[in-house]
Amino acid sequence: MLEIKNLHAGVKGKAILNGLNLKVNPGELHAIMGRNGSGKSTLANIITGRDDYDIISGKIEFNGIDLNEMAPEDRALEGIFMSFQYPVVIPGVNNTYFLRAALNAQLKHFGKKEINAADFMRLIREKLKLVNMDEKYLSRAVNDGFSGGEKKRNEILQMLTLEPKLSILDETDSGLDIDALKIVAKGVNDFRDSTRSFIAITHYQRLLEYMEPDFIHILIDGKIVKSGDISLAQEVEKKGYSWLES
Amino acid sequence: MQKGLAAAEPLFQPNYNMSKNQQIIDSAIKQEYEYGFTTDIEQDTLPPGLSDNVIRFISAKKNEPDWLLDWRLKAYHRWLEMEEPDWSKLKYSKIDFQKISYYSAPKKQKKLKSLDEVDPELLKTYDKLGIPLEEQKMLSNVAVDAVFDSVSVTTTFKEELEKHGVIFCSFSEAVKNHPSLVKKYLGSVVPVSDNYFGALNSAVFSDGSFVYIPKGVRCPMELSTYFRINAAKTGQFERTLIIADNDSHVSYLEGCTAPMRDENQLHAAVVELIAHDNAEIKYSTVQNWYPGDPKTGKGGIYNFVTKRGNCIGDNSKISWTQVETGSALTWKYPSCILKGDNSVGEFYSVALSNNFQQADTGTKMIHIGKNTKSTIISKGISAGKGQNTYRGGVKIMKGAENARNFSQCDSILIGDECGAHTFPYIDVRNPSAQMEHEASTSRIGEDQLFYCNQRGVSTEDAVSMIVNGFCKEVFNELPMEFAVEAQKLMEVSLEGSVG
Repeated sequence: MLEIKNLHAGVKGKAILNGLNLKVNPGELHAIMGRNGSGKSTLANIITGRDDYDIISGKIEFNGIDLNEMAPEDRALEGIFMSFQYPVVIPGVNNTYFLRAALNAQLKHFGKKEINAADFMRLIREKLKLVNMDEKYLSRAVNDGFSGGEKKRNEILQMLTLEPKLSILDETDSGLDIDALKIVAKGVNDFRDSTRSFIAITHYQRLLEYMEPDFIHILIDGKIVKSGDISLAQEVEKKGYSWLES
Repeated sequence: MQKGLAAAEPLFQPNYNMSKNQQIIDSAIKQEYEYGFTTDIEQDTLPPGLSDNVIRFISAKKNEPDWLLDWRLKAYHRWLEMEEPDWSKLKYSKIDFQKISYYSAPKKQKKLKSLDEVDPELLKTYDKLGIPLEEQKMLSNVAVDAVFDSVSVTTTFKEELEKHGVIFCSFSEAVKNHPSLVKKYLGSVVPVSDNYFGALNSAVFSDGSFVYIPKGVRCPMELSTYFRINAAKTGQFERTLIIADNDSHVSYLEGCTAPMRDENQLHAAVVELIAHDNAEIKYSTVQNWYPGDPKTGKGGIYNFVTKRGNCIGDNSKISWTQVETGSALTWKYPSCILKGDNSVGEFYSVALSNNFQQADTGTKMIHIGKNTKSTIISKGISAGKGQNTYRGGVKIMKGAENARNFSQCDSILIGDECGAHTFPYIDVRNPSAQMEHEASTSRIGEDQLFYCNQRGVSTEDAVSMIVNGFCKEVFNELPMEFAVEAQKLMEVSLEGSVG
């Protein structure tokens, strides 16, 4: 699904990732843990192709396609989705309209017929139930006036609607109370199957208690210094990161 | 955009300055003005210059009665004593009023009885503009008055309207056929000495539209005027007068375009609206004058317009909706005098300044009667090097018991070279007044665009989605067909102008 080879990359002239390797196969959930500034978000931004984030050397391949030089919208259309750490407010743009525009862009990309408003409403109502969201969110502007937890659920709602192949969950647990966290985790868990992959980026193992990660990677100074199973996350939770520093 | 640099090279050459979005802007800014053609037609044009004689010439050309000539001359003499206002945020070099021609008309001046007699070149022009003058091709419910340079060319659906007693004709015809109405109302809302550009218009106005809706009549169709400046070095000074008698209702729309020319052209119009008891006037504008060269800022229309409505009757209502996307300069403050008790004034505005455009626009709401209500919704969009100013005044006079005003002024910035400015003036002289003012300024940021991109939506679609969302409250006020037109116009004027 995703293969990152010896990646050196950074933002606005500053190198942040220093030789990162990662392979994510279909059906797997990888958790990337690390302190602030270790390069977690840079990795997410590099994979999704945000402006100002540049690859210096190395390679990222998504299902055999080289992602370098590919526009962010094309990566999204190919099936890469990111649940944002800070979902962006877009005043005046209706949530339903936004989500339908995104879905239609995808349908168009694959040469399929666009979904009409009535069919879309039927679809979205089903998805809303999965994340325990009220219909009133549909008529609000995108993330406008949403609480932290509502924004994160809205991200998961978008993921469930767009059905990406690879979902990057960037600090999806931050700002969530335990109930909201459970809802979000359930949304992700129900969505997991043998074809879909996930990368969960997090500070703490809290989120991982509710999801079942196949691999844990510890990121320090832009490099994966240790990989393991869930027990590694528990160890980090107890001992912190310093014992992993070289 | 990511660039693969060899690791041995110094990290991050400064060539990422040109972001992808910037490239899209640059290509979109090259979008050409669609209505920039000229019409090759024989015109009767007065040489440049302004004097008593020029005014006499215009008046004589139109066979005007003496009272109107005197009115014009009075305005002219007042104008000579006035000074060009400099309080706006607009920056431009002083206009040389002696270099402008004050009269230009297509040459065929004999009376036209039907469209067959209109110069086919002229009809072709309106065709290109998408204005179907031929009645069979027309939007079924819109009557059009077309003003080409200074002269009203044709008015459609006249007979149908006459059945309902509605008068809809060129201003010149109204002077001939309905002199008492014109004499009674002309200058009653915007007096000759009101302001510099209004006074100039009063002196030299050439034509325009006249509407009278009789008592109790709901005008059966939308009335519409299209203004077209064609001749070079001419000013356009039209005069519009709309009177809605007791219990009547009318919806009126004006649209404007002009050819691309290197020199600036002056447009100084005056619009007066009068609403009697229980009457309602809805006035919508889609202004798309040539904005000037997008790269150099050369040329473009100077749009100095005075628009004012008087809610003279109780329970009357005047509603202004404007979508201002064109012109190099816009100086325009459609206003309402709320004289009648329970009268209502509304102002809904979208003003866009892209490239080198400057707009200083807003409204004045003057509350005189009791229980008067006004609503102001202003949406300013700045892109490129554009400067957008909202300037609004709300005045509650002493006798205006229980007056209410709600104002909302929102600005959106696209890129980092443009500006948005807001000047709200509030003057309350009655303690029972309720005033609400909300204002916001936001920016279409990289983060919003990236968020849309990450969901598979292209940058261009994202900008148009965000801007249309921003303007929605105003577009909702436009008549259906024109809302679609306005939306398209915004897309063309803005496509990709993101930084």
